[in-house]
Amino acid sequence: MTPLLEPGHTVRVRDDWPEAHGPVHLRTPHYLRGVSGRVERYLGSFPNPEDLAFGRTPRPVQLYHVAFEAGAIWPEVAEGGLLVEIYGHWLEPSP
Amino acid sequence: MSLDEIESERLLGALRQVLADKGIATARDIAEQITQTETASPAQGARLVARAWVDDTFRALMLRDGTMAAETMGISMRGAPPLGVLDNTGPVHHLVVCTLCSCYPRAVLGYPPFWFKSAAYRARAVRDPRGVLAEWNTVLPEGTPIRVVDSTADYRWMVLPRRPAGTGGWSEERLAVLVREGDMVGVTCPTAG
Repeated sequence: MTPLLEPGHTVRVRDDWPEAHGPVHLRTPHYLRGVSGRVERYLGSFPNPEDLAFGRTPRPVQLYHVAFEAGAIWPEVAEGGLLVEIYGHWLEPSP
Repeated sequence: MSLDEIESERLLGALRQVLADKGIATARDIAEQITQTETASPAQGARLVARAWVDDTFRALMLRDGTMAAETMGISMRGAPPLGVLDNTGPVHHLVVCTLCSCYPRAVLGYPPFWFKSAAYRARAVRDPRGVLAEWNTVLPEGTPIRVVDSTADYRWMVLPRRPAGTGGWSEERLAVLVREGDMVGVTCPTAG
């Protein structure tokens, strides 16, 4: 599977809250929803855990290591960063 | 009812039988997996770290493909999630956390320590990593940026810590003894003292 996003791509984690509408299994931390970051590395294709958790046939999803500035997440933090695995279907172009 | 007839034993026996009948896992597969789980401990990760400290080719392999590096050291990674290794020998200090649950590189570090699973560590490591490190009495060189790695998905992450000063000429075995589980999570740094 060819990665859709290249290292250096600026992306935003979708500001989506499916847990508000019913039972779900998510691997996208809530503190990153709506936050912009930069693709660091493509980590490969994996069966979607959102499907696996409910015994559904999983579709393959692309996994990326995405770097975030800590200051973009926590207002009181001036320095440092985070590196988090985010699935491609949770990423959208950064506005 | 005798002891070997308790319900959980019968259930386990039935499950093993179904797994074998369906060709999913033989008795041997299950025995191997149990051995692998029981032998997994921070000592395995420490062996990888010590080898990386004395062997640049292995170090490069470990940073590129942790799973393959572990396999070359005789650690079975069969069925384990891919292992990623974060380089704390460079300018950035990495700290690993799993905010969603307790994802941990069990194949090379064994069971996660209690604090790694605690709500306090998971909440605070992502928001105030410097404060967390201070509580572990971990002092980083002035100006070292911290990068928190939230392990949320399909990889498992460990840290390759910096080799402590004063260990020149030490054997791999002697170096491995210095490496503790916290050093491979990033809450502490190994010391020779």
